[in-house]
Amino acid sequence: MLLTFIIEIFFLLGSIGFIWGLRLMSSPDTARKGNMYAGIGMILAVIAALIMPLEGTVSNNYAWIFAALLVGSIIGYYSAIKVAMTSMPQMVSIFNGLGGACAVVLGLADVLHYYDGTKVVDTLGFFTVLLTLFIGGVAFTGSIFAYAKLEDLIDDKKVTLPKHSVINMIMLAGLLGLGAYILMQGEAIGMEAAIIFLVISLIYGVSFVAPIGGADMPVVISLLNSFSGLSGAAAGILFDSQFMVVGGILVGASGTILTVMMCNAMNRSIWNVLIGGFGGTSAIGATATGGTVKEISLNDASIQLYYSQSVIIVPGYGLAVAQAQKICKEIDDQLSANGVEVKYAIHPVAGRMPGHMNVLLAEADVPYPKLLDLDEANSALSSADVAIIVGANDVVNPAAENDPGSPIYGMPVLKVWNAKSVIVLKRSMRSGYAGIENPLFFHDRTKMLFGDAKDVLSKLNSEIKSL
Amino acid sequence: MENFYGFFLDNLLIIYLLAFTVLLGFEIIAKVPTVLHTPLMSGSNAISGVVVIGAILLVRLTEPTDYLTLSLGFTGIVLGMINVAGGFVVTDRMLEMFKKKKK
Repeated sequence: MLLTFIIEIFFLLGSIGFIWGLRLMSSPDTARKGNMYAGIGMILAVIAALIMPLEGTVSNNYAWIFAALLVGSIIGYYSAIKVAMTSMPQMVSIFNGLGGACAVVLGLADVLHYYDGTKVVDTLGFFTVLLTLFIGGVAFTGSIFAYAKLEDLIDDKKVTLPKHSVINMIMLAGLLGLGAYILMQGEAIGMEAAIIFLVISLIYGVSFVAPIGGADMPVVISLLNSFSGLSGAAAGILFDSQFMVVGGILVGASGTILTVMMCNAMNRSIWNVLIGGFGGTSAIGATATGGTVKEISLNDASIQLYYSQSVIIVPGYGLAVAQAQKICKEIDDQLSANGVEVKYAIHPVAGRMPGHMNVLLAEADVPYPKLLDLDEANSALSSADVAIIVGANDVVNPAAENDPGSPIYGMPVLKVWNAKSVIVLKRSMRSGYAGIENPLFFHDRTKMLFGDAKDVLSKLNSEIKSL
Repeated sequence: MENFYGFFLDNLLIIYLLAFTVLLGFEIIAKVPTVLHTPLMSGSNAISGVVVIGAILLVRLTEPTDYLTLSLGFTGIVLGMINVAGGFVVTDRMLEMFKKKKK
């Protein structure tokens, strides 16, 4: 009795640890403590799960458990220490997949026990088993596929079939039908049907991620994050564990909110993202803005930056690809030393996952009060002397504001053209992910600085040094 | 339908728990600033490692000779634990960088 009481207190404290931990995530100052509270919550729950009294045949098998805990911890710890900050989207994808896979394994064990008669499950219970297999399965293969895309192991165009969304719909309908059939037939139909259900779910996971790519990756990662949480919550119902349900739902909520935010940041519905909105087709039809492009010399650019009052840097994924965050920070330091106010304007979908750019800049020691979100940035831009754009394109496209014919019309963008002058660092005149021409490059106030981001920034840095 | 009513009434507490946790989750997470969205995601990766609890219970309830289930459970614990350990450590690594520095 006392033991059960203590165990349940542990689970309760564990859940509170999660909730309090996430609450502390509301500020960068307290977030680290929050992460620690959530971690302590998890440790309490693991201890409780190890010693809690169970009904039925309990053989414990502690050797298996401790071996597995050890192997998992070592792999997890080393991958966490080793991973580069630019690869965070890949790591989060893999982790989403592992969470889903773990839920699948738990669902599978229930399927085995249901059909060999060692576990009695009612229809609703078996519905939960199928739900766990489906959500977990999609999170698993979908995330692994998303990882492969992020690592550039897969070419988006090669994996998209003609009428892909129709194929996905058919598969989903098939899953629904098969699931309903399995539930109605009960034990009579045999285990094979449940295994087929799982296999189709796994294939669906790949097929559902296949046509989505490029700039839509932040949405996909958020969505899969939510799935991995929900599969955990479903598994929690299987094990009658309130703790697992609370943890899983919190993650599900977090993933869902981020998905919605990312969709809003691109002014697209989740449906539109999943079906595949701007593929290659819209790019060709985009109106040619024409006009002349003005270039600026490194020397002029450095002088302009050095003697201005306020500079706003707009980093895009190009900056991260070029690993140019540190040089960016060096330029920031030099300008700040001369009394220039330097801020960073960060669009919600800069980078390849929510908040990615903030982490990359934090890694380069940029203090977070200098990082402005969309609204702050837009009010700061109207009074800025220079806006310098490094490796960003679609998120600074004025067409989103004033060209109803543009595919990105209505997407919230950084209004860099409100700054007194704009310098765009760019490799070439190529268009961005969405394949849309950017009238900003032809704007009166815009001057272009062509070249590789890292290369140009380091030259700019030494120019400023020599001033 | 009778079945469904019965299920609802029998599981009233867990349904309350679900409803309130969903609301609480949305409420708390909506307050997380954009700056912290990546750590939020990796942190929630770690939290979705709660599945490890289920895997531990599964192994404890398995006959020592049932190697199929034992291997499933073992795999489950390893996968869940990678999430837990990896998620918390990488989140801590990231949050350490978000220190306030004077200009």
